[in-house]
Amino acid sequence: MSGESPVLQVENLNKIYDDGFEALKDINLEIKEGEIFALLGPNGAGKTTLINIICGIVNASSGRVLVNGYDHVTDFRRTRSLIGLVPQELTTETFESVLATLAFSRGLFGKPPDAAYLEKVLKSLSLWNKKDNVIMTLSGGMKRRVLIAKALAHEPRVLFLDEPTAGVDVELRQDMWQVVRELRASGVTVILTTHYIEEAEQMADRIGVINHGELVLVQEKARLMRELGKKQLILYLDDPLPEIPRQLDAFDLQMGSDPDELIYSYDSQANSTGITALLNELRQAGIHFSDLKTKQSSLEEIFVDLVKRIR
Amino acid sequence: MNWHGIKAIYKFEMARTRRTLFQSIVSPVISTSLYFVVFGAAIGSRITEIDGVSYGSFIVPGLIMLSLLTESISNASFGIYFPKFSGTIYELLSAPVSVVEVVVGYVGAAATKSVILGGIILATANFFVDVQILHPYWMFLFLVLTALTFSLFGFILGVWADNWEKLAIVPTLVITPLTFLGGSFYSISMLPPVWQTVTLFNPVVYLISGFRWSFYENADVAVGLSVMMTCGFLLVCIVAVWWIFKTGYRLRV
Repeated sequence: MSGESPVLQVENLNKIYDDGFEALKDINLEIKEGEIFALLGPNGAGKTTLINIICGIVNASSGRVLVNGYDHVTDFRRTRSLIGLVPQELTTETFESVLATLAFSRGLFGKPPDAAYLEKVLKSLSLWNKKDNVIMTLSGGMKRRVLIAKALAHEPRVLFLDEPTAGVDVELRQDMWQVVRELRASGVTVILTTHYIEEAEQMADRIGVINHGELVLVQEKARLMRELGKKQLILYLDDPLPEIPRQLDAFDLQMGSDPDELIYSYDSQANSTGITALLNELRQAGIHFSDLKTKQSSLEEIFVDLVKRIR
Repeated sequence: MNWHGIKAIYKFEMARTRRTLFQSIVSPVISTSLYFVVFGAAIGSRITEIDGVSYGSFIVPGLIMLSLLTESISNASFGIYFPKFSGTIYELLSAPVSVVEVVVGYVGAAATKSVILGGIILATANFFVDVQILHPYWMFLFLVLTALTFSLFGFILGVWADNWEKLAIVPTLVITPLTFLGGSFYSISMLPPVWQTVTLFNPVVYLISGFRWSFYENADVAVGLSVMMTCGFLLVCIVAVWWIFKTGYRLRV
């Protein structure tokens, strides 16, 4: 379970590039130890810039970042040794073997050689049988695993996964989700950006939404889905309706993709959902249905709706 | 100090040499041998001695310097440019390594390779001509100082370059001409007085002169001046590297 103490604190962080583009605007964020935090946002929203500043790849224009209470600029050795990064692009060495590149990563982050640990990492990512392969001979999915293995080689406490499953097939994606869950179980804090909202819905404890460089929302996933999500009642009519009768206007009904579908959106947390009243009105209007189902809106629908509203 | 980090960079760079053994070691040895055949045999038959040293032996320090300079620059520049080109630089920038550690790792490996190469060329030269080394410690000092200085220069070049053409342009259009015009194959005292003065503005003259002095006690300029010029250039390179990492020039945005 997630702890309460923040392992990462971002305070009033701003980034303005040389060409004047304001990539981040006054970002404030706390990440709790041991949680999985998903950072969502459209392309160019500032997700990668934020991660790159925290990891030391990009300089902030102002603001500060604390990792485990240490400033990421003045105490860069302590903070960086706690962080592992899996970048968005498939940027691996070309001619090195898998095991050699892991040993390089571990050494670079100041850790003494530990063959047993590297073996464990490679096995957990199903890479052990590829350990002597030259990286350029691996498939894209395997290279993605190598990047994760490299990020884990120095036993980080905070792992950044920038679009970890981009371009990865479904099976491999499921495997990676499993790896992330295992990492969380071992106490590693995971911060991921993703375009697959399903990924965030499956794994994240909390969700952050960033748009045009502003962090517009940070919320527990379950609460976010409860508060911003809609529940829908879908009725399958016996006979398609040419149009929704005026007497049903109060229910703000919508026609579905099929003409025999009628959709009613409601707040499941409200004192009265209005379902009983709707069913009574339908009976009085002589509208009969053969089946019904309810549907909770997905995180993807919430996200799309949220970004549209902000725009 | 992140010693493991330095060792990782150093080992990584040395492993690249092992993978490209032909390009790194064999190729310069072959080209040096060709220089001996062309300059030593063809021209050497017409110029028998310079300052009491046979022409073949006279050009040995210059030939070593020629390879040392170009290889130091190309090894160090490629070492830092390729991660920039491939994108793997992210790992170096996000690692808990300081400027000093990064430079020691990359420049140390490039300089090591150059010193080894210098030794191999020296051994190769012994097959063709008699080589005397009157001041072996000074010879080694010049070898190491030059390898370090030009590896640092190569590192700066690798950071500055944002395409392959820029990476190749400085060694090809600046270093090689300066080396050829810096007395690799002749004594500058053989030039007309005006050109002797012009040549003194070429920093490579001081390296070759000092290095040749350690072999035969023949020098175009005072040895102390050679040492000072080499150390001066080393200092300029150190300051430039320090500035690059402080500002993030061409590395961090």
